[in-house]
Amino acid sequence: MMEKMIFGRFIPGDSIVHRLDPRAKILFVFLFIAIVFIANNAITYAILLGFTLLAVFLSKIRLYFLINGLKPVFILMAFTFFLHLFFTEGGALLFSVGFVDVYEEGLRQGIFISIRFLVLVFMTSILTLTTSPISITDGIEVLLGPFKRIKLPVHELALMMSISLRFIPTLMDETGKILKAQMARGSDIGSGPIKERVKAVVPLLIPLFVSAFKRAEDLATAMEVRGYRGGEGRTRYRQLNWRFMDTLSLLLLVGFAGLLWYFRS
Amino acid sequence: MKGSILSFEQVTFTYVPEDEAVKPAVSDLSFSIGEGEWVALVGHNGSGKSTIAKLMNGLLFPQQGTVQAMGLKMSEESLWNIRSQMGMVFQNPDNQFVGATVQDDVAFALENNGVPHEEMVVRVRESLQQVKMADYLDHEPHHLSGGQKQRVAIAGALALRPRLLILDEATSMLDPQGRREVIETIRELREATGLTVLSITHDLEEAALADRVLVMNAGHKQMEGTPDEVFSSGEELTEMGLDLPFAMRMAGLLKQAGVPMTGESMTEHELVEELWTYYSSK
Ligand SMILES: Nc1ncnc2c1ncn2[C@@H]1O[C@H](COP(=O)(O)OP(=O)(O)OP(=O)(O)O)[C@@H](O)[C@H]1O
Ligand SMILES: [Mg+2]
Repeated sequence: MMEKMIFGRFIPGDSIVHRLDPRAKILFVFLFIAIVFIANNAITYAILLGFTLLAVFLSKIRLYFLINGLKPVFILMAFTFFLHLFFTEGGALLFSVGFVDVYEEGLRQGIFISIRFLVLVFMTSILTLTTSPISITDGIEVLLGPFKRIKLPVHELALMMSISLRFIPTLMDETGKILKAQMARGSDIGSGPIKERVKAVVPLLIPLFVSAFKRAEDLATAMEVRGYRGGEGRTRYRQLNWRFMDTLSLLLLVGFAGLLWYFRS
Repeated sequence: MKGSILSFEQVTFTYVPEDEAVKPAVSDLSFSIGEGEWVALVGHNGSGKSTIAKLMNGLLFPQQGTVQAMGLKMSEESLWNIRSQMGMVFQNPDNQFVGATVQDDVAFALENNGVPHEEMVVRVRESLQQVKMADYLDHEPHHLSGGQKQRVAIAGALALRPRLLILDEATSMLDPQGRREVIETIRELREATGLTVLSITHDLEEAALADRVLVMNAGHKQMEGTPDEVFSSGEELTEMGLDLPFAMRMAGLLKQAGVPMTGESMTEHELVEELWTYYSSK
């Protein structure tokens, strides 16, 4: 289950989308989220879907892979679809099952909302699938740069994010080890009533916390020894370079927004 | 010995100065390290080795005595300057890996010291080549072995081109293979660049490679001398909870059993050599 889940995962590759500047991609997705709300009729939703599929195609992510990986999201999507289907009134009555009446408007809304959901999930997944977490962090740091003026600790936040990302696998390994160690001592986390299971998690969490604090302390020492003293006067090893493609992608998005605006009713 | 690069003068340090009952972690310690030397610091658990390392780069300040490094007296003002000339590698390979990938980690100290980007690229390559990890630029830490991670940590320390490299039990969490890799790397580095090294270790086999050995016992300096001199006092070391290297222990036991052993067998290789000549001349 966890292996198949692609939400938030990065798949290295060499498509046009992979090569875009992370700043461009982040801006793109945020603008796209706003633009999605322009759509309000069949044509505009169709264009929206088409545009998203084009983006998937350009990113060279296999559609099957994307759909398979987002299964849990589809369950949620189906849920909202039926919610709209059953509870929105208006238009002609299509059919009724028992005490639920399904109206034309309900079906329309259900489909529209589902498409909206789908394109949003697809676009954000494309962002995370084609951009390494560290690039996303870099992008966010630079984009938020102006907020340093109002004393937002942008550099510190970005560093925190990249260190957390860096330690996820380490702590996962550790959790696995502790779990095995506790199982070897007869602890049983996988079964029993909820209350028992929650209780069994405690001896897992405590050693994990203890070790995480130890790691944090060691890391702080190692950073200090290597001359870390905040963002001031620091240079960056990772350079972002904005190319023509990046400008083009954003222009394309603006054009797309214009198109939607033209066809909306 | 050329000029001294680091020196302690009658340094005493206590973690809890308020409490008289707590013994100082380091007491009245004096020693110095000359440019280009390889010094090993050995001692049992809690003998004050890590404390000494922390006093060296201003993570801790002594209550008494002075610490001098790179010709400067350690103080709040000289601290960053001294740190930029001193590389340090710690015990746990995972807990000192800051960057997301190998190259990011090596660049970390350079970034902190405001080295321009073009220069950084050159130095990252160069230091990774020195530890033979140049092929792993984009690898993430959890895909590396412990020995590889420690070599990356050494590269990270080398990137600033330090004058002194301090290894605080850098090999103690590694398997024999990783340990050999790291020790070999240091030997080659010393041959190529003449870097000054201080290695803090439990492992007397590692200490045997050094030019000079300092033995710590409960915060005091117990012995100081060449590996030969120090190891010849076998009993005393064992009493302090330090194990002689296997080859040396073996040679000692053979001697007791009546096999004539000439000189001090230091390495496994020399021991084998000796046994072989003994056997064929019998
Ligand atoms: N943060 C601390 N607070 C209080 N006491 C400490 C602290 N760190 C170390 N000590 C004490 O100082 C003494 C020296 O510790 P130090 O870590 O220098 O030993 P060490 O020789 O490095 O040991 P090891 O071989 O286990 O690494 C020990 O008695 C230890 O308990
Ligand atoms: Mg120690």
